[in-house]
Amino acid sequence: MMILKYAAAALAAAIISTGCAIAQEGMADALRQPTLDSLAGKKVVFVPMSMSFDLPEGWAAIMEKEAKRLGYTIDIRDANWSTDTGTRALTQAITEKPDIIVVQNFDVASYARTLKKAEDSGIKVIQVNMKSSYQTDAFVGADWYGIGQYAANRMIEKCGKASGKSGKIAIIQGPATAAASVYQLNAITETLKGHDDIKIVSSQTGDWDQSKAHGIAQTVIQQNPDLCGIVGFWDVMDAGTGAAIQESGKDIYLITSGGGNKTACQGVQNGTFNEVISYDVEGQGRDLNNTIKVLLQSKEPAGSLKFALYTPNKFITKDTMSANSCWDLDQLKK
Amino acid sequence: MTPSATTKTRHRIGLTQELIVFVVAVLLFLYFSVALNGFLSPENILNLIRNVAMLGMLSLGMAVVVIGRGVDLSLVAVMAVSLTLSIVLANQGYAFSTALALGLAFAVAVAVVMGFLIAYVEIPAIFATLAVSAIVYGLGRGVIASLDVNNIPDNLHWFLFLGRGAVLGIPMPIWLFAICSAALYLFLRKTGLGRFIYGIGDNISTARITGIPVRPIIILQYVISSAMAFLAGCATAASVASMNMRMVNSTLIYDVLLVVILGGIGLTGGRGGVRNILVGTILIGLLLNGMTILNISYTVQNLLKSTVLLLALVIDALLNPRDEQTSQQGDI
Repeated sequence: MMILKYAAAALAAAIISTGCAIAQEGMADALRQPTLDSLAGKKVVFVPMSMSFDLPEGWAAIMEKEAKRLGYTIDIRDANWSTDTGTRALTQAITEKPDIIVVQNFDVASYARTLKKAEDSGIKVIQVNMKSSYQTDAFVGADWYGIGQYAANRMIEKCGKASGKSGKIAIIQGPATAAASVYQLNAITETLKGHDDIKIVSSQTGDWDQSKAHGIAQTVIQQNPDLCGIVGFWDVMDAGTGAAIQESGKDIYLITSGGGNKTACQGVQNGTFNEVISYDVEGQGRDLNNTIKVLLQSKEPAGSLKFALYTPNKFITKDTMSANSCWDLDQLKK
Repeated sequence: MTPSATTKTRHRIGLTQELIVFVVAVLLFLYFSVALNGFLSPENILNLIRNVAMLGMLSLGMAVVVIGRGVDLSLVAVMAVSLTLSIVLANQGYAFSTALALGLAFAVAVAVVMGFLIAYVEIPAIFATLAVSAIVYGLGRGVIASLDVNNIPDNLHWFLFLGRGAVLGIPMPIWLFAICSAALYLFLRKTGLGRFIYGIGDNISTARITGIPVRPIIILQYVISSAMAFLAGCATAASVASMNMRMVNSTLIYDVLLVVILGGIGLTGGRGGVRNILVGTILIGLLLNGMTILNISYTVQNLLKSTVLLLALVIDALLNPRDEQTSQQGDI
């Protein structure tokens, strides 16, 4: 019976395909060519905060590789740490009508109107890592709430009643209106509700700058000799925080977050950081590429799909660190 | 009020701006000592000075130029980029001392070009230094390094000592600031060249007629300020083991101007000295330290700082009124 069934199936297959010879050469993928066609020749504009630090450099390297492979272009318009320059770059891009704009917001407000204008004129907009209050087609990036929640829980664990420590912690934020700051702060406040054993003695902005973070940390540590932990909002800035802790010679638990560049792993290795929550730029790069490809293939008009891909976090401590915990920009660019 | 009346009033009360700032600083100090727990501890006082040592060193450089009736808006760019150059070279395998020497050479070369533009081509200092600042930053970002934060190589303990170490219980950045202040004080007060800078700042035409080599001395002013910027950069890089070129985009250069003007070195030139810088730096240090302890938000901190700058400018305008003799072309 089985043999008969197989025979029938083989016969049917032979009839459906045009002949035995073609069946041996395999089968044409009907989806492949239309997919490739829908990507080739398309135009993507990337407006990062500045092409001068690990995150945008990493994303750009990964996006450019894929664009080259599939025949669409990535144009980088550097906002160079200025919302004005960034807004101009966006406005300029809107007049050029690319298919997609990828944007990294400085804060939750500055670009909101311009992004809406871009969508209104038919350009699909992907926001990366730093969200605007205006939700565009897609968001790809760190789950700031999750990061803040995790950091707060670690503080409860390391400094709370059960640990026998003082429970005093400090927060070193980024600029007050940046997505990374507002959502993380909200998560920390929510998580610490009802935990009277944890006391935030200082919550200041280091403005993404090491020297500023260094100065704040020094003053706070000196002012609170029994400080138990610090939550920092970006590893590059918190190199300064870590330096201040090392200078003080005190045992203060520093937890920070970042893109997982190799300097993060080096920092954990040499004791600058106790723990880094990595939002894995390599993974984000892949998510970005996939989002670009989805949006280029989708027939929906700009502004109709609203979705988000939150990056799964990696937690890097001395114990969990492995050879591939971090990435190296030079390697990514190859 | 006629100018002579103003002069009279000033002489009677003796209210120089330096004195006003000093009194404000003392009042703030007393207030914080009473209001803030732990403010008066020796550690906090050292911290306070340490955190403004870099600002103080930059301000010393700016002071030399302002006394000679110029202004150097390129200080922060020179500081960040020259140190970045050193760090990049060190990471490429140069010995760190060689890399530092090359960084310093870069800073001096920039200063000579800038001084030449101001002294010989006679471009107003504010424009020349602003343009050079942009060029230097562009070089830094476009040619010297692709990332704006560059970490110094591992195991440079002697260099890190400059930022993190302490001698006799006093942190190294404070020593550096103190040594620079003393050296500059001696230079400005005790050497002929130093006196010439005052002469040029007070009245450049008279200085020229008297036979002072005005143009070369103007170049010298910018060389001194760039060298100070480089030293300030060393102290900063050593304390956080890296240099951040993004500093160029920050408000640091305004903070430097704030210290200079607040300290009472009039922008009309020819007045003031190292003591004014010390007073100005201490006041800013007090403000920053107190506001951090009080956990005041960054935006409000900037607001308070800027308000203080504006007040200082108003007081400066009232105490050092400009007249036809002192306000000339090229004034800022």
